[in-house]
Amino acid sequence: MRQVLLFISIIVVGLIFISRLFYLQVYTSESHSLFEDNAIRKVYDYPKRGFVFDRNGKLLVSNQPSYDIMVIPREVEPLDTLEFCNLLKINKDQFLKRYNKARHYSPRLPSVFVSHLSKEDYAILQEKMRKFHGFYIQKRSLRHYEASIGANVLGDLGEVNNRIIEKDPYYRMGDLIGKQGIEASYEHTLRGVKGIKFIQKDRFNRNIGPYKNGDFDTIPEPGKDITITIDAKLQAYGELLMRNKRGGVIAIEPATGEILAMVAAPTYDPNILVGRDRSKNFTKLYNDSIAKPLFNRSLQGVYSPGSPFKLMNALISLQEGVMSPKETVTCYSGYHYGGSFMKCHCHSGTRNNMISGIQHSCNAYFATIYRKILDKTGSASKGIDVWSDHAKSFGLGEFLNNDLYVGQKGRIPDRDYYKYVYPKTFYSSYTVSNAIGQGEVATTPIQLANMAAAIANRGYFYTPHIIKNIEGETLPEQFTKPKQTSIDKQHFDPVIEGMYQVYKRGTAAALQVKGIDICGKTGTVENFIKLDSVKMQLTDHSIFLAFAPKDNPKIAISVFVENGYWGSRYAGKIASLMIEKHLRDSITRTDLETWILKHSLENEYAKPYSGKPFGINGRSAFQVVDDEEYTELRELLDKINKQDK
Amino acid sequence: MVRETNRYFKFDWITILLFFCLVGFGWVNILSASHTGTVVDYFDISQPFGKQIIFIAISVVLIVIILAIDAKFYERFASIIYVISMLSLVGLFIFGKNVNGATSWYGFGSFTIQPSEFAKAATALAVAKFVSDLNTNLHTFKDQLKVCAIIFTPAVLVLLQNDTGSTIVYGSFFFVLYREGLPKYYLNILVSLISIAIISLKFGPIVTSVIAVIVAVLVHVFNKKKLRIHYLLLILVAAIAVSFSIKLFYNNVLQPHQKDRISLWLNLEKDPIKLHRMKKTFAYNLNESEKAIGAGGLWGKGFMQGTRTTGKFVPEQHTDYIFSTVGEEWGFLGSSMVVITFVLLLLRILHLAELQKSQFSRIYGYSVAAIVFIHFLINIGMVMGLIPTIGIPLPMFSFGGSGLLSFTILIFIFVKLDSNRINEW
Repeated sequence: MRQVLLFISIIVVGLIFISRLFYLQVYTSESHSLFEDNAIRKVYDYPKRGFVFDRNGKLLVSNQPSYDIMVIPREVEPLDTLEFCNLLKINKDQFLKRYNKARHYSPRLPSVFVSHLSKEDYAILQEKMRKFHGFYIQKRSLRHYEASIGANVLGDLGEVNNRIIEKDPYYRMGDLIGKQGIEASYEHTLRGVKGIKFIQKDRFNRNIGPYKNGDFDTIPEPGKDITITIDAKLQAYGELLMRNKRGGVIAIEPATGEILAMVAAPTYDPNILVGRDRSKNFTKLYNDSIAKPLFNRSLQGVYSPGSPFKLMNALISLQEGVMSPKETVTCYSGYHYGGSFMKCHCHSGTRNNMISGIQHSCNAYFATIYRKILDKTGSASKGIDVWSDHAKSFGLGEFLNNDLYVGQKGRIPDRDYYKYVYPKTFYSSYTVSNAIGQGEVATTPIQLANMAAAIANRGYFYTPHIIKNIEGETLPEQFTKPKQTSIDKQHFDPVIEGMYQVYKRGTAAALQVKGIDICGKTGTVENFIKLDSVKMQLTDHSIFLAFAPKDNPKIAISVFVENGYWGSRYAGKIASLMIEKHLRDSITRTDLETWILKHSLENEYAKPYSGKPFGINGRSAFQVVDDEEYTELRELLDKINKQDK
Repeated sequence: MVRETNRYFKFDWITILLFFCLVGFGWVNILSASHTGTVVDYFDISQPFGKQIIFIAISVVLIVIILAIDAKFYERFASIIYVISMLSLVGLFIFGKNVNGATSWYGFGSFTIQPSEFAKAATALAVAKFVSDLNTNLHTFKDQLKVCAIIFTPAVLVLLQNDTGSTIVYGSFFFVLYREGLPKYYLNILVSLISIAIISLKFGPIVTSVIAVIVAVLVHVFNKKKLRIHYLLLILVAAIAVSFSIKLFYNNVLQPHQKDRISLWLNLEKDPIKLHRMKKTFAYNLNESEKAIGAGGLWGKGFMQGTRTTGKFVPEQHTDYIFSTVGEEWGFLGSSMVVITFVLLLLRILHLAELQKSQFSRIYGYSVAAIVFIHFLINIGMVMGLIPTIGIPLPMFSFGGSGLLSFTILIFIFVKLDSNRINEW
């Protein structure tokens, strides 16, 4: 015993030590990743975010420097607080509060003292900065939207949240990421790749030099500049025309599928979501649940297409051979089917062929051809699937799969869709509303615009997209390869002729523009809302779809104005103006322009929330903007017109 | 010539090899823990690793001298060496230099000498000399007192100089005395005292008393060699008395910083403010050291790759906390190798000590093993948070000239004595 006591002690202690080492180093060991090592400070070097240009090379989005005043409390020496406070535009109480907060956080580490200083304040402060020890200026980069247009197109940047960080480890707390629009859909192109520097810290959290001589550091890769298909001028003009209205305007170049303008109204100045006031303003926009400025109506608004959808039915009937262009249908001021009656504004006994059917938007004519399509084989169940497939070949009822950040499928029903409502029998008379673009059919403004483009092209379209060019990259094939519709080329001519007649003599005759052959189609859609579980009918939506010129079309457009009553009242006027603006760059129909600028629909939108009974459609009065606002709108118009001179 | 070669091979090369392994690997880790730039000048004597190279060189010279001196010298001059050493400790009260609250150094220019380090070897010689004397009998109380005086003189002197760590090292002589025939009840008392102290501090005197009663009953029932019942009761009463008075001792005798260390170790402190204060002082050190070791993982981060070492997260890392560098940079495998090397060296010395014919050599060898063992136990135990924080270097490993030289002297005197074990004196 006496001889072995020390022997045993040594061996036991050795074993205990090895077990403890095992526990500390193997059993509870931490990760070895440099990123998780808290002895290494990771400093990110943010690259320049790519600029955004419009199709004519006009700069839309750039970066602006922003200046933060930083403080390291330990290094602060007595200073002239009065002068300093005046320079920073804060008072002494705020100074002390901020200083104490920074000191409480850490006397050794920098804290933000005042954030987002303006360029002007920075210029003055910069020269005096040397007098204030312990304070320094840190430059950051913020987005700058050169023209205050296209908030829904361009989007904005916001700080990443935890969910994003978990999904993509590239992002770190405090990083900015595109939240909407092209900032979001071209995030990876625009942001570049940030560089990283690994810096060895000591136990006081101070930097003591680069880790391993900077061997692991990376250099930032600047973001690429992109050119988008938007025509800034047309976009600004569209946004101006949509002032005091709600809805969407989408203009597409049929030959390429490039989106020329994408207006969602109401909108806002994208610059309000930059910098110090971002969160305040975003909350305001987000909480506006009635006007919904963040809701991109031109992409996300799913509406019944109304009469423009009749064009679709006309094309299908020709393709399916159930109708010839010359064949006529007699309208008895409406259409009787299965005990129901669909009204039409034609005089009883009018005989419409395809062209005049489109021209007058005759409900009876389209109800007839719709039923003929469905009943072609004798089974409406098969017929509706054929009909649905044709419509879908125009990009309706499906996502467009393009480079826009948001979108909606819309709805083109097929037999499957009706299987719960009509489980057994299914006759063509059940879904006659689809004939005139109401009922179960629903589309977004961009889908309608795309349909217009496909008609303008006589049978094919390019997926509507917003990217025109990325520095040193070619566009993906999905945007450069045409997509064929299931309608043969020759069937478009009568439909286009009908659309031409709409302008010549039909529902949009008052909207002609001299010297431009416009093809269009009006639409008027009944609509309802449910408010506090009371269903109310509101004034009809005003819809218009057009392309021009008739031969070799340059622009296809769809306009959607909520509660604008009938198609040519608001939407048609806006469409004509947009077309003329795009083709001529000047406006001859200034009467239309003045009318649109002067009229507001705000009263119309306020009606359901007023709590009082209200009249709709014919029983609602025009609202004219006051002189002050009109003058303001005029000035904006002048500014837009002057831009390229 | 043949005779010379024989003498050459009589040194125990295993001990020497293990010794130099530890010294060399220690230096590598001192380099890691103290280098600052990326370009390292190994001989830069303004840096610890540069100084340590000089100390290693001096210790090699010292080894040659120690091995060249006749083995009999150490026995004959043991008393004189001891006296000189004690005088050097006393001298500290007059000429000593105060570093970090301990008056343990003589200063010579930029170098300092810590005589308490050398006193360990001197005491080991003195104890060996006294106990191996034919007239000494450890069973007599008189001789027990005498040997206590030899050991307690340096222990008390260093305690007065506020060097608690070095004082505890003298406890290692208990292993030596026990091996040489100190009655068994000393061991029983010592183990009981330590157990009672720890249990009472942790769980309070009532629980301790209950445990003591249970143990006493068990001893009475199962021990074949029946103790007389009133002896047992006496011991029991003493144990309970100790358990009640230990708190008194803890509160009134120990200094606040010592109490803090014990309370942190036993997890006694519940006051968050006090805990927070501890976390900023010595507990910080311990926490960082454990984190550095933990960061090493199985394989370690590699030589000079330890980010916590490079960032100097662990204060005093090149001296008392050198083992945390091993932990971070060499991982579980490297650290275990160091532990195993120490264990092998200790067992080798013990083994050799038991082989000695001369009682003096055996006792001295035993002292060497015990002293190194206590350093090893306390230092690595402290760095890994197994025992309370006590400032004491890791032999051969930690930066420090006095430490390295004193361990060189301690071990190589034994290597010399061992080489002479066949020779009749």
